[in-house]
Amino acid sequence: MQSILDGLCELSLRDPLTGLSNRRHFNHLLNREIESVARSGESVLLLIMDIDHFKKVNDTYGHHAGDLVLQAVSKCLASCVRPMDTVSRFGGEEFAAILPNCPSSFGPVVAERIREAVAALAITVSPSETIQVTISIGGAYAPEWVRSTIELWTERADEQLYRAKSSGRNRVFIEEQRGVAVSADEKGMLFGHLLLGDPASASIAGDTSSSAVADTEMNRAN
Amino acid sequence: MSEVSNPPQVAAVEPTLALNSRSKVIAVTSGKGGVGKTFVSANLAAALAKRGLRVLVLDADLGLANLDVVLNLYPKITLHDVFTGKSKLEDAIYKAPGGFSVLLAGSGMVEYSRLAPEVRDDFLRIMESLVPNYDIVLLDTGAGISDVVLFAVSMASEVLLVATPEPTALTDAYATIKVLGAQQKRQSIRMVINQVARTGDGTAITTQLQQVLDRFVNKDSEHPLKLIHMGDIPVDPAVRQAIMKRQLLAQSDPGCPAALSLTQLASKVESAVIKHGS
Repeated sequence: MQSILDGLCELSLRDPLTGLSNRRHFNHLLNREIESVARSGESVLLLIMDIDHFKKVNDTYGHHAGDLVLQAVSKCLASCVRPMDTVSRFGGEEFAAILPNCPSSFGPVVAERIREAVAALAITVSPSETIQVTISIGGAYAPEWVRSTIELWTERADEQLYRAKSSGRNRVFIEEQRGVAVSADEKGMLFGHLLLGDPASASIAGDTSSSAVADTEMNRAN
Repeated sequence: MSEVSNPPQVAAVEPTLALNSRSKVIAVTSGKGGVGKTFVSANLAAALAKRGLRVLVLDADLGLANLDVVLNLYPKITLHDVFTGKSKLEDAIYKAPGGFSVLLAGSGMVEYSRLAPEVRDDFLRIMESLVPNYDIVLLDTGAGISDVVLFAVSMASEVLLVATPEPTALTDAYATIKVLGAQQKRQSIRMVINQVARTGDGTAITTQLQQVLDRFVNKDSEHPLKLIHMGDIPVDPAVRQAIMKRQLLAQSDPGCPAALSLTQLASKVESAVIKHGS
């Protein structure tokens, strides 16, 4: 009985063709990240990825070949990310990945790694045919400290995917992370007194204040 | 009580409550969760009620707040029922143990947390009809900086920010202060430092926050943001006991140091808001 229940749970969370998280499960995880970001200011990246010219694959080699491509790409995507990350099939040839605790310097690196890995795949679709595909990737960070919504967040990642597609495909575009609400210098000055016991000596050299957060999400909220 | 007309502080958002209504609304907020925001809201409300004021605490976290847990009060009718037209507003207002009124959001409100425009209008309508009946309305907002929190804060004339001396709580408090200053052109934010180890720690923390603000934010701002220290609440084992018993301090241990500090805080809040002192 338990194994049947486990099986059903597994089914309800996964895309049957690729074994990746389905969109429903992914949205659930996104909501959880949104809560976490709002409370912790953690840096979380959302990637939306779309196989380029996938329709051509289906039209040229047939739907079975299309399925094999989806499966191969899925496996490749899952192998490119950390165990804590989640890759999902959003539907059709569109995929998404959520990368918690992802510093802004790391995002483009991992997205580029994914793009290269997919381009390097040789997918056998019939005994005599091996094909190659490419993927376009758009990404957006959750606005730190702000409770966003799934819609607003995915919309921003989608905009970047659109840029990747319209500038020739097989590309990565990631929205620049918005100014962190509290810079390292500010933190240094905030906690200086805790370490030194004297607020006056806690001033940190350098005046690179980060700009105040003015996120799309918050502007829309007002 | 005298009606006060504060200068508009919410220039960045569309007009919300009429000024004479807004002048008595205090948003109690925090950056980080778990710093005692709801505890402060409920116990401050009780202390204000003890001073003879008519006080309403509104769960402005739309179902995510713990006000019901703190007060050990599980009303059948909530704000959600008012929003859905199932109940009348007056039936959703309950008397809390501390002698103040409370309006809880109800768990069904979570679905509203995206704050659609119609929910906003409903909320404003409810506030407009509620506020005239009270001397002070405390909005217990959620943790973090969500659109719901920003909206709740935009309805208030005063912001009371609760923080603790921990570095993470201070960072969050500072982030919240920056966002409120930038988003809502607030000129002042009132500070309460909870769980201080020694007298004077809270004042030092507010001073420190102000210095960082002056250096990084106020230096090129047309609206310098001023922090007003309203009080400290000391670390006090009686607080934990009250929370575990799900009672207000005024019920469980009215003479404890934390209760006394809340009494002082209430006095300061009253003179700031009602008499418009500080």
